[in-house]
Amino acid sequence: MVFSGSGGQGVITAAIILAEAAVLYDGLNAIQSQSYGAEARGGATRSDIIISDTTIHYPKVIQPNVLVCLTQAAYNKFYSIIRPGGLLISDSRYVQTEKKVDAQQKEIALYETVLEKIGKPIVFNICMLGAVSAIVEVVSPESIMKALENRIPADFLDMNRKALDIGIELGEATVR
Amino acid sequence: MSENIKFVQGNEACAEAALYAGLNFYAGYPITPSSEITEFLASRLPQIGAKFMQMEDEISSLCAIIGASLTGCKVMTATSGPGFSLMQEALGYAIMAEIPCVIVNVQRGGPSTGLPTHGSQGDVNQARWGTHGDHAIIALTASNHQDIFALTVEAFNLAEIYRTPVILLLDEVVAHMRERLVVPQPGEMPLVERLKTSVKEGVDYHPYLPREDGRLPMSDFGEVHRYNVTGLFHDMWGFPSSEPRAVHGLLRHLVDKIENRVNQLARYKEYYIEDAKHLLVSYGSSARSARHIVEKRRSRGERLGLLELQTLWPFPDEIVREKCAAAQSVIVVEQNMGQVLQSVKLAVDKPDKVFLANRIDGVFIMPADILKILRLIQGKGV
Amino acid sequence: MALKAYLRERFFPHLWCPGCGHGTVLNGLLQAIEKMGLSRNEIVMVSGIGCSSRITGYVDFHTLHTIHGRALAFATGVKMARPELNLIVPMGDGDALAIGGNHFIHAARRNIDITAIVMNNRIYGMTGGQFSPLSGEDVRATTAPYLTIDPGFDVVELSKAAGATFVARTTTFHIKQMADIIQQAILHEGFSVVEIFSQCPTYFGRKNKAGDAVDMIAYYKENTTPIGSKAKKENPNLIERGIFVQNEKPEYCNQYEQLVQKAMKGR
Repeated sequence: MVFSGSGGQGVITAAIILAEAAVLYDGLNAIQSQSYGAEARGGATRSDIIISDTTIHYPKVIQPNVLVCLTQAAYNKFYSIIRPGGLLISDSRYVQTEKKVDAQQKEIALYETVLEKIGKPIVFNICMLGAVSAIVEVVSPESIMKALENRIPADFLDMNRKALDIGIELGEATVR
Repeated sequence: MSENIKFVQGNEACAEAALYAGLNFYAGYPITPSSEITEFLASRLPQIGAKFMQMEDEISSLCAIIGASLTGCKVMTATSGPGFSLMQEALGYAIMAEIPCVIVNVQRGGPSTGLPTHGSQGDVNQARWGTHGDHAIIALTASNHQDIFALTVEAFNLAEIYRTPVILLLDEVVAHMRERLVVPQPGEMPLVERLKTSVKEGVDYHPYLPREDGRLPMSDFGEVHRYNVTGLFHDMWGFPSSEPRAVHGLLRHLVDKIENRVNQLARYKEYYIEDAKHLLVSYGSSARSARHIVEKRRSRGERLGLLELQTLWPFPDEIVREKCAAAQSVIVVEQNMGQVLQSVKLAVDKPDKVFLANRIDGVFIMPADILKILRLIQGKGV
Repeated sequence: MALKAYLRERFFPHLWCPGCGHGTVLNGLLQAIEKMGLSRNEIVMVSGIGCSSRITGYVDFHTLHTIHGRALAFATGVKMARPELNLIVPMGDGDALAIGGNHFIHAARRNIDITAIVMNNRIYGMTGGQFSPLSGEDVRATTAPYLTIDPGFDVVELSKAAGATFVARTTTFHIKQMADIIQQAILHEGFSVVEIFSQCPTYFGRKNKAGDAVDMIAYYKENTTPIGSKAKKENPNLIERGIFVQNEKPEYCNQYEQLVQKAMKGR
């Protein structure tokens, strides 16, 4: 899997949480890595996640089965790497999917729903994680929630749980 | 036990291992891609009453830990290429004065500022010959977090046994990626503590007179034995000497204590070597790509093998020669222009059968990069 | 304890030239230590490279003779690891303020309890008479055959600005004052700088027609004056000596101890 977006959107955090949930709570193997630019914020950020029930040697993703794009810049930069027949999830507000891609494309109103129901874009990434977990079903939402509890201050847990649930609903709606 | 499983970056695995090994004095200067080690220890060391310092540069970082080591502390610093370059003079001092310390170099692309956020393995020869003058050094590397943990602990142990700096050559890829780490229980891995002199107060203590087994018991600064430590050639009291016999004896001792134990110091892993037609030799993160290829091709019945080196210096010539002997071809997989390649060519009986699969553009070496070389060797074309 | 007990007599005679001021500094230093009654085991002396740094070989303390310019960095490690030890760092011009300038200002900034003794002879002696950052302008040296154009540092002003909490200056003529100042510097809790004018008749003296050791010491006598003296008002060219700064400020190792308390609580 590859999660992409702009620095500060939390795509790397989302990737870490997903991979950590897989390793610590679902007994799977996972590797998470990211490509760095010099800038701390902005730019097209990418984080790779490999989840497997066997040992993972090569740590990078060359052709993702699942590609998530949260900004147009990220979409433009990464859409071409997707494995033919893979799954491309993008945010419907930020990304115009113009290109012809040999993949199943799902445009989901993640950002707008988060803003509408929670009012804070800060949990956009967690909502995305919810959608991904509902569609891909590799890591259980319960495990993701446990990983969130490790990393998120208690005061923000409710908001994150809500965002995750919204994401799960949005995700399930696309596979129904 | 589930609480011992962590999902962390390689840098954190290294820092955790240092704490496990008994690290109680760390000094460093932030530099990508090693900063997470410094940050992690800034948080953890004060919690156990141990010392953490952010120094004004990498030079002072190594100097400070050498000073602390002389008081009996287990010490470490971590850096990357530019900082490692700055440390070379103090590294030579630690070799000459025989000070146990661990230096982590999380390699990035070089020369100069190079590629701060991209992986490389370009400092292998610098680790060997970066500081001036004849000397010997121990340098270790690892390709996954469990091994980073094990070899960091090993680095501390070897530093104590041989009274020498030990270099841990990590790289950006393993240092930054996250994967599973199982932290061993206390006591699960053996730890070597400082060998202290049994010489009583008032009796002459010779800080630089090796015992029969070659080890030199130490006396902490602040304890009853007062002696001199210098980077000059010195006699058994640590007092400067240019007397030819003293100079010759000390240099031989510094080199022999390590070079005479090449096989004892060799750490390596091997996969499917016995019947391998084509043997990959790799280390650090590159070994992950090599292993990936070997596992894939083995499942198709191709006779590929992998020798993963963990001790790079002293270079395990005999072991490499032995392991490579039966292979038709040997492919060294590394992220530089052939630094370990040179050592492998020197070690094997037929240097002409040794090839290089590398990448020097900051992109992590891909399975396809190795396959391309393999196809060429097999006469299949690109 | 007799002064001699602080020496490693086995390693004498020392390597300093006849007339060199560094032996006088050693004398003043040992007088101060004797007066305080410090035990040899509680003193760690750390030095770098140069004539001055060889002082560590001759004293019966824990001695660490290191690399050029980095003595304060090594000393910082020893002090942080064992704060109860007394750290004394004798340095020459280059050790303190050329190659070692960065460590000097950072040690001062931290206010770590180390006594830095800058043996200022305005020349690089061990390497054969090249100019130093303390030479100042119009000095002849092997690397300044046309005289120096480089202004020198004022060690006192620099130390003050960098945050040293004890700053003093004296000369090899004023041995009593030297011993007294060193004693106060060692007792001071924080980073202490003692600048001592120490003559190098072999290189600085010969090259600059400053005469022999006696002439150079006489120069220190005639051209220095106590801080704020009447003579200074009458002749602003005189160089002041004495204690310029003696402040109480939080010391680094103590601060670290507090940080540890905080970190342990937050656990």
